[in-house]
Amino acid sequence: MHEFSYHRPKTLADAAKTLSAASDGKLVAGGMTLIPTMKQRLASPSDLIDLDQIPELRGIKITADTVTIGAMTTHGTVAASTDVQKAIPALAKLADGIGDPQVRNRGTIGGSLANADPAADYPAAVLALGSTIKTDRRDLSADQFFKGLFETALDDGEIITSISFPIPEKAGYAKFPNPASRYAMVGVFVAETKGGIRVAVTGAGPSAFRVKPMEEVLAKSFTPEAVAGITVPSNGLNSDIHGSAAYRAHLVTVMAKRAVAACR
Amino acid sequence: MPNISLTVNGKSVQGTVEPRTLLVQFLRENLDLTGTHVGCDTSQCGACVVHVDGISVKSCTLLAVQVDGRDVVTIEGIAKNGTLHPMQEAFREHHGLQCGFCTPGMIMSAIDLAKRNSDPDEHQVREWLEGNICRCTGYHNIVKAVQAGARAMRGK
Repeated sequence: MHEFSYHRPKTLADAAKTLSAASDGKLVAGGMTLIPTMKQRLASPSDLIDLDQIPELRGIKITADTVTIGAMTTHGTVAASTDVQKAIPALAKLADGIGDPQVRNRGTIGGSLANADPAADYPAAVLALGSTIKTDRRDLSADQFFKGLFETALDDGEIITSISFPIPEKAGYAKFPNPASRYAMVGVFVAETKGGIRVAVTGAGPSAFRVKPMEEVLAKSFTPEAVAGITVPSNGLNSDIHGSAAYRAHLVTVMAKRAVAACR
Repeated sequence: MPNISLTVNGKSVQGTVEPRTLLVQFLRENLDLTGTHVGCDTSQCGACVVHVDGISVKSCTLLAVQVDGRDVVTIEGIAKNGTLHPMQEAFREHHGLQCGFCTPGMIMSAIDLAKRNSDPDEHQVREWLEGNICRCTGYHNIVKAVQAGARAMRGK
């Protein structure tokens, strides 16, 4: 990879300051996406600001109605958390299916969301659960967060600090993983939230999106059969060597059925 | 160039490295610990797995500067006084390797599994090893070795 300067600030304020002072700086969280990207020279920041030593970014807090996860909390920690397993089991299961064990030992929820890979798992959960993404500047709703391919509502230099998930009545996640990378070719997260049914899809399009027709039929009948008849249009969906847009559209319905069946 | 100071296989180690030096490069080239292998360039194969602060990670996807102040254990660090670690012994006993290239990463990964789950079933072993690729064995004996190694680690 190309050369860069490395910083490991101890506070969020230092991280923000160092990032804004850099000519072309990037934050590194777990590094499970950024470092491979830099190894391929697809990213060459002037400065890397490591968030590893900022304690306030880690940790899981549970209240009666909310699960709040620090941005630097690893997938492995979320998966193994008995608190999350009890409050939102689908979220713990989703985290347990990301990548492989070594990736889960380093990869973080904040890094995943800030990167917004079209095939990442967390965006489907964050969108379906109606979560709030908290940054060092403001709160962002899930509905406003995912804007496009690797594109989020975050401003330059803005740092995710935690994500708050309202605890749903029940939720389920089903993904069709790419056999090599285990990224979601299509992943569907279904949640019966206090504000209604939400269905969010990842892997199929440039970024996570909701499927309102599925939400409507599930509100009337919360069964796999109810969503079996709903197909999403394939235009605008991803088409690559792993699958065509039409195939992904088909997978959305299949995974939606499985996600509903998996709801707990 | 940054200076780093860490523990590797129980010994204090110092180094002066470019930030872009990968941990696997530091281990292999600066410390001559060549048991940790580079098998891919996509962070998929797991031949580079080591332990950092007790948990298994891919050393090809970490920078040496990121482990400043930390405790690293490689395949060279798990035998005690010339006696193989129970997981190593299990791989030997159950023929869990052929060319041996994936083996250090398999063993380091398996030890992490055994610490979390002292009696993994076949499915759990195969799922845990999703981050470790073997081109020789078909995984059959690796799974047997990991289960035997986990049993031995818990004293059976």
